Amino acid sequence: MARIAGVDLPRDKRIEYALTYIYGIGLSSSRKIIAQAGINPDTRVRDLTESEIGKVREILERDYTVEGDLRREVALNIRRLIEIGCYRGLRHRRGLPVRGQRTKTNARTRKGPRRTVAGKKKAKK
Amino acid sequence: MGRSLKKGPYADPKLLAKVREMNARNEKKAIKTWSRRSTIFPDFIGHTFLVHDGRKHIPVFVTENMVGHKLGEFAHTRLFRGHAGQQVERRSGIK
Repeated sequence: MARIAGVDLPRDKRIEYALTYIYGIGLSSSRKIIAQAGINPDTRVRDLTESEIGKVREILERDYTVEGDLRREVALNIRRLIEIGCYRGLRHRRGLPVRGQRTKTNARTRKGPRRTVAGKKKAKK
Repeated sequence: MGRSLKKGPYADPKLLAKVREMNARNEKKAIKTWSRRSTIFPDFIGHTFLVHDGRKHIPVFVTENMVGHKLGEFAHTRLFRGHAGQQVERRSGIK
């Protein structure tokens, strides 16, 4: 029923939260959209009127980059960094954290599951 | 990231002057510089800079995409030859 910005249709939730199922819309932009459209944030998605849905769609289309377009934008930004050979590009290439975080420990989000390196036994005495 | 907009972008005045002079005279030769902290201005496009990496000067050819970055981002300061006792891995396509 409520199909906004392509593929998204969460049904029984309040729109405030339902809109956050769209890639690129978080809670704060969701709230802004709803306020702008003049919808009560407590309404469930299935109770929305056609005109309310239309309004949300219009606002999204006009002011927000969302889903595929946003993903493409992000990917292009990363590709640019990689192509110009700057430090941040290198970090992306290596799959390491880009913003100066420590890598001695942690950084598992970027590095993926641990790969234990053999060797380095404790010195016996 | 992080510099006040009020101040505007920074580049070493000496370096800027050199580039502007070369632009005025329409010549192109590599500029040796230690000023890694200088932002790349649009005027820099097409020039080659020899950016110091702490040991030697790395040639950096500036393209349009690089505007707004710092020179230092293109001359890497760390040389990593692998961990001790690590076998020579097949390094494929990295770097």
